[in-house]
Amino acid sequence: MYRYDNYDKAMVDARVAEFRDQTRRRVEGHLTDDQFKPLRLKNGLYLQLHAYMLRVAIPYGTFNSTQMRKLAHIARKYDRGYGHFTTRQNIQYNWIKLEEAPDILAELAEVEMHAIQTSGESIRNISADQYAGAAADEIMDPRPWAEMIRQMTTFMPEFSYLPRKFKIAVIASEADRAALRWHDFALRLVKNDAGEVGFQVFAGGGMGRTPFIAYEIRDFLPTGQILSYLQAVLRTWNRNARRDNIHKQRMKILVHELGEEEFRRQVEEEFQHFLAMGEDFPQAEYDRIAAYFTPPPFESGLSEEVDRSDPDFAIWLDRQVVAHKAPGYAIVNISLKPIGQIPGDISADQMDLVADLAERYSFDEIRATHAQNLVLPHVRKRDLYAVWTALNEAGLGEANLDLVTDIIACPGLDYCSLANARSIPVAQKIAERFADQDRQRDLGELKIKISGCINACGHHHAGNIGILGVDRKGSESYQLLLGGSGDEVTSQAKITGPGFDEAGIVDAVERAVEQYRRIRQPGERFVDTYRRVGMEGFKEAIYG
Amino acid sequence: MADSGNPLPQAAQDTGALRFRDDAVPDEPAVSLDAFLDQANSFSVRIEAGDDVRRLGPVLDRVRLVEIDFPKFRDGRGFSSARILREMGYTGEIKATGDVLVDLVWFMRRCGFDSFAPDMPLNLADVEAALNRYPHVYQEAADGAVPIWKLRHPDLANG
Repeated sequence: MYRYDNYDKAMVDARVAEFRDQTRRRVEGHLTDDQFKPLRLKNGLYLQLHAYMLRVAIPYGTFNSTQMRKLAHIARKYDRGYGHFTTRQNIQYNWIKLEEAPDILAELAEVEMHAIQTSGESIRNISADQYAGAAADEIMDPRPWAEMIRQMTTFMPEFSYLPRKFKIAVIASEADRAALRWHDFALRLVKNDAGEVGFQVFAGGGMGRTPFIAYEIRDFLPTGQILSYLQAVLRTWNRNARRDNIHKQRMKILVHELGEEEFRRQVEEEFQHFLAMGEDFPQAEYDRIAAYFTPPPFESGLSEEVDRSDPDFAIWLDRQVVAHKAPGYAIVNISLKPIGQIPGDISADQMDLVADLAERYSFDEIRATHAQNLVLPHVRKRDLYAVWTALNEAGLGEANLDLVTDIIACPGLDYCSLANARSIPVAQKIAERFADQDRQRDLGELKIKISGCINACGHHHAGNIGILGVDRKGSESYQLLLGGSGDEVTSQAKITGPGFDEAGIVDAVERAVEQYRRIRQPGERFVDTYRRVGMEGFKEAIYG
Repeated sequence: MADSGNPLPQAAQDTGALRFRDDAVPDEPAVSLDAFLDQANSFSVRIEAGDDVRRLGPVLDRVRLVEIDFPKFRDGRGFSSARILREMGYTGEIKATGDVLVDLVWFMRRCGFDSFAPDMPLNLADVEAALNRYPHVYQEAADGAVPIWKLRHPDLANG
């Protein structure tokens, strides 16, 4: 994985010193709260209901055991002994004291981590396929490009006060595990007919209160021109977006208002201009970065055999372990969705355990996923039983990847000042309702995503089953949505009809799920059945 | 900026005006972009946040001062305006006016601003600290600072 050189280190250290100074100026009254707010947001500090939340960047979801142990240490020393993995492959802490934030950032910098641009109107942490560098189906590792874009977009002067946040994702396979087209700017590495590698480029996606699926703005962009193209997109948006209504300032709104063709035309014009200035990093810099992502020294001649005699292990194996590109190796998914727990939460002790396992069994690499789980990307098949045993003893042995209990949920009204309703208890109740292992496996892939307000941090627009918490005459109410997806066939979920109270939404989800079970055809996932029969095929079962 | 220390100009210490130029201060009041394009005898133009600075292209020769206004410090359109002016080859003064805060000045300098007339006076010690905070930059802009990638590849850095 990427390691800082002296330049990267100096920049992150300067950032810590800068934020320490900004915090001092705030405390001494030289900055108003209004003036300080964007500065703290761009350092990951977000004010929740009860305390500050600190969101730490995990660039493209890749980190190592040293970093994980530091995250555990921060959880113990500065928070309440746990952390929460987010849908941008980041981790956040919920109980931070503002005056301690500079010290936390300094501790993070010691292990080459930061919270730069993880909140506010900025270019956010770049997300990527969590299986990058390990996936059997990728054409190359997308992370060197993500790292190059990370550097280019760090403290970018022209785009330091963007209209809104800007989210980028990069993948390199047909299968989309990163919810690509729900991003403002999304890249898929592809090969053209001549065998050259380039980017298929999508723009203008996003969730929130006005969801849009990104459109293909370019079918093939030479890789070496990506930074020019990205600058062209950012400038077109920065100059032309509305600035009078925060809810209409995301790039998706501009794309929608200008139209896809006109937006593309303006970007192309600006792109030619940037190309002429020659600001793309050269091949030599790409090569320098890519060298950090050289595949680890995989052993050859390893056995493909796995002893399945322990039935509980076999269940986990079939669910959580996926194909690796190297013979004898496998990708291990660690569920952060134990039944009845808070989706994405992990204790400091569990963090240390995952760090130990990564160090011992996975070439010291860990990945965070946008579905709020973790991955050990490079595990020898012969070590799988030992890994499972350790995970299971630590309460991390759940076998529910992509099943009905593998729920994405935002922090909701338990933490968030924007929320209209709680998300966590709904996720817990649904997981408990469907806890039966056989029932879950019979239902197959079924992605439930829960947001506690229309800002959609819980990705309800992309849920096969989405749940949106709203405020209805002063009490929490939940709308049910069906048919969304964040995979390679992206779709936006639609509202079924009138909302439900907290108990009612769990029953309604069960009625929808049971309807699927009744009418599904062989091999159909929930979303396939929905696409075949439409809302009409579900409505009566849900509302009676 | 990355190459040497970044002391504030002497004038700033003396008068509170923040101007990083040695030439004479243009004394003509700036007029709106539309007015400027109509009046061949004006030399100073005022760019509002929504204005398209590229319209100045045909008349760039007579521009001596561009004031770019920041109605709210969060409105970042002026950063693009300044950088585009520098990309067009404009070498005259670019002055940031309006809601200009200490923590914007480094970004503004990088985008080509070389003069500042904020609504509220800046604390000059804080400005000086901010301008000297970062030892390097990751990307090119309008200030000529050498990006980190070039420092990493000195053999390529002539380009």
